[in-house]
Amino acid sequence: MASVEFQNISKTFGAFVAVPDISFQIADGEFICLLGPSGCGKTTSLRMIAGLETPSSGRVMIGGRDVTYLHPKDRGISMVFQDYALYPHMNIADNIAYPLKVRGEAETKRHARAKDVADVLKIGDLLKRLPSQISGGQQQRTSLARALVYPSEVYLFDEPLSNLDAKLRLEARGFLNHLQRDMGMTAVYVTHDQAEAMALATRIAVMDKGRIVQFAPPIEIYRRPATTFVANFVGNPPMNLVPVEASVGDGALHLRADGLQVAPIELTDAVAKAARSGKMTLGVRPEHLRIAGATDHNILSGELFANENMGPESLVTLERGDNGRVTARIFTDDEIKVGTSVHLAFDARHVTLFDDTGARIPAADER
Amino acid sequence: MQKTQNIFVRRAIFAAAATFLGTVFALPLVWFVFAPFNARAELGLAIPSPFTLSNFATVFQNTFAMQALLNSLIQAAGGVVLVGGAATLAAYALSRSPIPGKGAVTYILLLFSSVVSGSAAMVPIFLIISAAGLIDTHLAVILVFAGGLLPTAMFILRDFIDAIPRSYEESAMVAGASPLQAFFDVALPVIRPGIVVVVVWAFVNIWGSFLIPFILLRSDKLMPASVAIYSFYSEAGTPIVTLLAAYSLIYSLPVIALYLFVNWKFGFRFFGGIKS
Ligand SMILES: Nc1ncnc2c1ncn2[C@@H]1O[C@H](COP(=O)(O)OP(=O)(O)O)[C@@H](O)[C@H]1O
Ligand SMILES: [Mg+2]
Repeated sequence: MASVEFQNISKTFGAFVAVPDISFQIADGEFICLLGPSGCGKTTSLRMIAGLETPSSGRVMIGGRDVTYLHPKDRGISMVFQDYALYPHMNIADNIAYPLKVRGEAETKRHARAKDVADVLKIGDLLKRLPSQISGGQQQRTSLARALVYPSEVYLFDEPLSNLDAKLRLEARGFLNHLQRDMGMTAVYVTHDQAEAMALATRIAVMDKGRIVQFAPPIEIYRRPATTFVANFVGNPPMNLVPVEASVGDGALHLRADGLQVAPIELTDAVAKAARSGKMTLGVRPEHLRIAGATDHNILSGELFANENMGPESLVTLERGDNGRVTARIFTDDEIKVGTSVHLAFDARHVTLFDDTGARIPAADER
Repeated sequence: MQKTQNIFVRRAIFAAAATFLGTVFALPLVWFVFAPFNARAELGLAIPSPFTLSNFATVFQNTFAMQALLNSLIQAAGGVVLVGGAATLAAYALSRSPIPGKGAVTYILLLFSSVVSGSAAMVPIFLIISAAGLIDTHLAVILVFAGGLLPTAMFILRDFIDAIPRSYEESAMVAGASPLQAFFDVALPVIRPGIVVVVVWAFVNIWGSFLIPFILLRSDKLMPASVAIYSFYSEAGTPIVTLLAAYSLIYSLPVIALYLFVNWKFGFRFFGGIKS
């Protein structure tokens, strides 16, 4: 196991800048998720760690060693590919044992090792089959087995679960989680699924257009999203963002928007500074909204757009005129008719404010 | 009722047309199978009676014709090895490496290749080969065929390799394989069905060609079967149908055998990637 470091890495394809300038450090034993929308440069970054892509500038370090121009085979890494990349002409045993074969292990020895790993992953009885003769979930586990069959400094994953159906994905996710806690592997895991990142990562790097917007533990990303982009990407469903007009008066911050009622907010230096532009964004998570009662002061109103019953809870979406939609996760069995006007309440402590550039304004209790 | 009848009539017409077409194409083949075993020369279809192998006996005594079959084999095998090997390496490089303008290179080569193996270029080819001192050698024939077939073979193979995900070799290299190991262990076996297609295609092309060996070779002992077949014409230039038929059958057997072998061993199909 080893640390990984990016020092001012950039990558361009012709005139196209895929990654402008990234620096980060991953400590030994960390499980890092690169999270971001499609095309934001996650795969490109991962491939630069693997050595399948050479940075246009900057340095890649693994375990304190400069590997920027090293061939993939000399980096001491394992990688699981999105399309699994199982060799179609080799059976499952030979697929899993291939890394041992190129390391010069004898056939009996490497097949014994492959069998051990396959048993752990519950594909031990498929060893004689060809990749085309097993299911997608089994192919996924085969590719995982091939990455685990030899000890590596760093394990790399490129959306390894994205081709599985929902149930298999949950199962595989749980297994990876267990494996990480068990082995303490250093891993970099690329995904566009925020739930996967939240569940697996010790730290998440949220990426947007080739940049890391926030690099923090999952709970931090969830509680204190650095920007509206992060807020809008993390959470299921993501945070509601309401553009508001901000003004300062009577030593407090006042927010105004159609169908919004907010009690005056405590004025800190940071809030006062951000209020100068007159524009802010108010963020509330769907799980922090409830049907408003008589005593509530913070209220978002709108007409019911959709009410999806998910079993334990309902996803209630309101249409706020021309001001977009708001979604709430509510524990209710009530039938609400489409078009009815609905009032949702939230607590002041659950409000996240963003300034006019989209950056989060630190709350009063932070320092 | 009206409708089903309509469909029936249409099907009947289609079947009749298909049968007619099939017969037109099948008749020469049927003749080709029967004629060699017939002692009398017949241009019409006839079940041989009596059934005889005497035509073959005569053909086998013609040492020139027998040597020609061996020559054909040498030239075709040489050409196939050269085309198969070079096309695989070239197509792999063209597909995988970021050479600028590699698309244009392939298309221009493809364009010229149809000229090279065509009769238009016969004079320059002859001049080049004779300047190289290769006139009347197997090597001359092999080289000219390889040059003519290579671009098309490269083109077919490059398309084939383009369709194979790079992640095969990449996963091998990440797992510790050198580029060479990744090529031989992973890429080559996956490309093999494409190579087989190219090899069969090249073999059939060389095996059936008349013009190039006819021009580049002088001595009887080097002539391939496609040329030697003319030894079964009388002095006056009329074919000796019985012997010609027997020799033609022998001449076409290797091609048929190759198809059967490849189909049995590899199957004319593609592995394809794992469905994502
Ligand atoms: N080999 C390449 N040539 C040109 N552009 C590329 C290449 N690889 C990636 N890109 C571009 O770089 C950007 C980032 O790609 P990628 O890292 O694959 O995104 P992600 O994995 O986050 O979806 C995309 O816009 C993509 O089109
Ligand atoms: Mg990607």
